[in-house]
Amino acid sequence: MPEPHASVAHQFDDAGQQYQASHLGMWTFLITEIMFFGGLFTLFAVYVSAYGEAFAEGSKHLDLILGTTNTAILIGSSLTMAMAVRSAQLGRRNGQLLFLSLTLLLGLAFLGIKAVEYTHKFEQHLVPGPNFSFPSPVARNVQLFFSFYFAMTGMHALHMVVGVVLLTILIVQAWRGRYTADYFTPVEVSGLYWHFVDIVWIFLFPLLYLVARHA
Amino acid sequence: MTQHVVPTRLYVQIFGALLALTALTVLVSFFDLGGGRLHYANAVAALTIAVTKATLVMLYFMHVRWSSRLTWVFVGAGLFWLLILVVLTLSDVFTRHWIPALPPWGLTSLQ
Repeated sequence: MPEPHASVAHQFDDAGQQYQASHLGMWTFLITEIMFFGGLFTLFAVYVSAYGEAFAEGSKHLDLILGTTNTAILIGSSLTMAMAVRSAQLGRRNGQLLFLSLTLLLGLAFLGIKAVEYTHKFEQHLVPGPNFSFPSPVARNVQLFFSFYFAMTGMHALHMVVGVVLLTILIVQAWRGRYTADYFTPVEVSGLYWHFVDIVWIFLFPLLYLVARHA
Repeated sequence: MTQHVVPTRLYVQIFGALLALTALTVLVSFFDLGGGRLHYANAVAALTIAVTKATLVMLYFMHVRWSSRLTWVFVGAGLFWLLILVVLTLSDVFTRHWIPALPPWGLTSLQ
């Protein structure tokens, strides 16, 4: 284990080349993710242009306080994730453990608040399906808004769950002292993933929670 | 291995800017900036702030600012393709009002 380049796989010349390959691989994956969420966002734009009033009515039934809190939590988790990568770059094991754990806690807090929001929607009969009820002549279009809401925030939450699993693995490995200033690629590329999930929420929040809030 | 280590102070500043922009986008949403039935001005304001936040996250938290040229090409190509997806689709949808592609089925279905 203590020999210098034990963590370089045999197909790479050195740690630098291995790092670059992993880095580009992660970005390529994130680009496919951008296209995936981009499709959802485009579809949302098309339907909000067709059913603007109904979507505004639906949007007003989302909890602005919880949504804003979750936005702040996720931005905070991006800061702690960036600090975790920095600790890894500097080979500081305690820093890695502290900041990875904080990121994990903030991620779980986000998912907890999301669960509370979903529960409210079930109680208020705002979940699309046979139990959906909304006192409005455009109720079916409002139901379409909530279909978008659950599809988009649900896909985002699923990505958060994957991120939580990644963080758990990172914490265990950091505990074992796997990451040093010479080798921290898993921390770096997991960080890229986590920040990407943050960016998706940065767009979801204004589109779902703030659309026509003033009307 | 050469790696750019970003000072903690810069990370905290970016974090502060992101929180401030979040507060701004919530604040702006309470005002009617005009733009007719669909409130285009509000949508433009919200999206401008979101793009600014996303850019800050990518450049600093995701280290794109200090990444290799090859990374820039990958990221740029991804965003360009996203632009094709969004712009071509929306320019089609928004300029074909004579085709009833999206009937108000919520209204008719209640009858």
